[in-house]
Amino acid sequence: MANFTDHMGRPVVAVTGIGVVTSLGVGKADNWAALTSGKSGIHPITRFPVDHLNTRISGMVDFLASSSKGASPLTYELAETAAREAMAESGLDSGDFGGPLFLASPPVELDWHERFALYNSDKQDSGAERLLRVARGLKELDVFETTQFGSIADRLADRFGTRGLPITLSTACASGATAIQLGVEAIRRGECDRALSIGADGSATAEALIRFSLLSALSTHNDNPEKASKPFSKDRDGFVLAEGSGALVLESLEAALARGASVLGILSGCGEKADDFHRTRSKPDGSPAIAAVRAALADAGLGEDEIDYVNAHGTSTPENDKMEHLSLSTVFGERIGSMPISSNKSMIGHTLSAAGAVEAAFSLMTMRESVIPPTINYDNPDPAIVLDVVPNKKRDAQVRTVLSNSFGFGGQNTCLVMAREPV
Amino acid sequence: MSSPHDVVITGIGLVSSLGEGPDAHWQKLTQLGQKPVLEAARFAPYTVHPLPQIDWNLQIAKRGDQRQMETWQRLGTYAAGLALDDAGIKGNDELCTTMDMVVAAGGGERDEAVDADILAASESRNDRDVLLNEKLTTELRPTLFLAQLSNLLAGNISIVHKVTGSSRTFMGEEGAGVAAVETAAARIRSGQSTHILVGGAFQTEHSDMLLGYELAGYLHRGSWKPVWQRQGAEGGGVVSGSGGAFLVLEQREHATSRGRKIYAELGPVVSGRARRSRGELDAGIAALLKQAAPPNGKLLAISGASGAHAATSAEKAALDAVEAISARGFATLTGHMKEAQFPFGVALAALAVDRKAAYPVFDATAEKPFDGIPASVLATAIGYHQFEGMALVNAA
Repeated sequence: MANFTDHMGRPVVAVTGIGVVTSLGVGKADNWAALTSGKSGIHPITRFPVDHLNTRISGMVDFLASSSKGASPLTYELAETAAREAMAESGLDSGDFGGPLFLASPPVELDWHERFALYNSDKQDSGAERLLRVARGLKELDVFETTQFGSIADRLADRFGTRGLPITLSTACASGATAIQLGVEAIRRGECDRALSIGADGSATAEALIRFSLLSALSTHNDNPEKASKPFSKDRDGFVLAEGSGALVLESLEAALARGASVLGILSGCGEKADDFHRTRSKPDGSPAIAAVRAALADAGLGEDEIDYVNAHGTSTPENDKMEHLSLSTVFGERIGSMPISSNKSMIGHTLSAAGAVEAAFSLMTMRESVIPPTINYDNPDPAIVLDVVPNKKRDAQVRTVLSNSFGFGGQNTCLVMAREPV
Repeated sequence: MSSPHDVVITGIGLVSSLGEGPDAHWQKLTQLGQKPVLEAARFAPYTVHPLPQIDWNLQIAKRGDQRQMETWQRLGTYAAGLALDDAGIKGNDELCTTMDMVVAAGGGERDEAVDADILAASESRNDRDVLLNEKLTTELRPTLFLAQLSNLLAGNISIVHKVTGSSRTFMGEEGAGVAAVETAAARIRSGQSTHILVGGAFQTEHSDMLLGYELAGYLHRGSWKPVWQRQGAEGGGVVSGSGGAFLVLEQREHATSRGRKIYAELGPVVSGRARRSRGELDAGIAALLKQAAPPNGKLLAISGASGAHAATSAEKAALDAVEAISARGFATLTGHMKEAQFPFGVALAALAVDRKAAYPVFDATAEKPFDGIPASVLATAIGYHQFEGMALVNAA
């Protein structure tokens, strides 16, 4: 008989459905097969011309119907596709979910193609004045809705019959983990028996790529795309912009077992801590990331020696990987050298708003399958970062608990602790 | 009955065209016949309520920090600083490092000159995607991206004011403001947090911010009118305003133990997503009113109505249907502040409860007087396009 409450007397939160889309494919089966065979989804950009661009590779999702239709439609389709898979696995009614929705998605803006089309549909005056005049004559709401931050969640709420006002959130690269945390907290507060948490990002537009590029955040290893993302390597030179989505159906363990659902894993702890140092760099002593990891462990009621595997943020930027090593070695001490720590981003790139959710999905599968996906492209280890990164080849291992890290631009750090079985 | 786990409001930071801070707003808003501050020329045919003069140095000490932000982030960081000051938290390391934060945000300002340049060039170019790469790679200021990212308002608040317990950003127009206040209150009530900074900012004096409404024809055009009187006028009814509102929400026990002044208690915060295309808005608003459970008797309602025709007439009908309610549409005097609208309304409700007086009518033809002391005040935000919320604010 499982305990329905945790070490703090709160409802235990189970995962009963998992869905995922990345550049490696749609669904858990395809993704897991690729991930465990060390396959990269990073490829040359074909969605738009790459003239003048320093980075010409990405982990874009190019195989969905909306892939060429702009960030909003693609983000919706990514979210919907992952949620559909999670919902089907959970066995719940996918049109009448009945719990709240938490969506991590990228900030929206009027797409350049729409901007060009609006502008060039008229000749009178110029600039913003012309755009505004054309805008007020539009008869359809389609373009408008792509500019409303709440519209993707609104459509998802319709599609899945979620309850109440859906929350759309952004904590930059930690967003996906925050969406899960919000779901966990709502269940723990007793507001609901179930929640749908989704992280989705289909915003790899030319402008997004250029913006990150101007901040020197992206890898420019264009010639060999599948080798470009090399977390913890000495010659890592930035992250690879990518798209994807992850969705989890979260339920109180009690409600899940009462309806006879299969429990795929337990969301046992969430921790966060904001950084006040700089807009893109983290505090040199790593204290915010350290505090986020410790908060997640404390929330889960686990000691440092009770984590079997770390699903790293591991972006492949010089800064992140160094700081992540510093913070993990501070928390885990000497044990760090022998703990498996791998980065899914070596294969799928950085899916930004989706990353925390995609990587939580993979963390849960790691425990279920007893296989740790590798960190690929680990050919030239950084001597300053001594970690067991599960280099280049998957590893069979019994994994009972996982720590998944997400550290964002703007100083938002969120860590999740997941367990294979209820305690 | 008060309980130690009640949610109380101990800090208010406000900026609007009327000025800054709770005192200035109280003073202006309680002046019968107060006129709005309007800018009708700069964005004609649209009228906006512009920002007041602000000395950013007062809340953002480092010039370097100011330069890293565009007006929207500066405004939010400034309003957040006012709230932290008001609550006696600013500069207190221990309270700041354990303080949680939920910010309601939209997006930041794009570079209008670069965009206009690209659009102009697009008239004579067919290779528009290449044009985009060419211009954006050379003309965009690298750090502008950070000034645009939704979550970087919260990021800047952490950097400038050292609020680092946790940092979450909710996106999605008025609904984001509602969800931010609702989630913050729920966290305090359940013991997940002791003190939270919550709020948002909106800087409307930028063409993209107007475009965000006007792609669906939501903006009012022609001569200005009070928020309740725009039905049938040219345009869609919304007059926007620049402003920001932050609240410090605190567990009652936490506030009393550090001897802070309490403005008001934050009672039920309720939210909804009426499927408006199916005609659910009227019933949705009525249901929220019921859930907010205002006490019997006369009730002052601080309405966040935007002026958007359908949403505003639905809200007006719902409020008018309850004889005991006297509504005040504050957008008449501040304009619609999108993500900041709901926190702003909650702040105005808290002020009325604290000062034991109601606001006079903002629009004598559509609002009725309220005599006596308001012990409970309702705040509403019915989204101009989607999402709805209400909160009941009670005497401390």
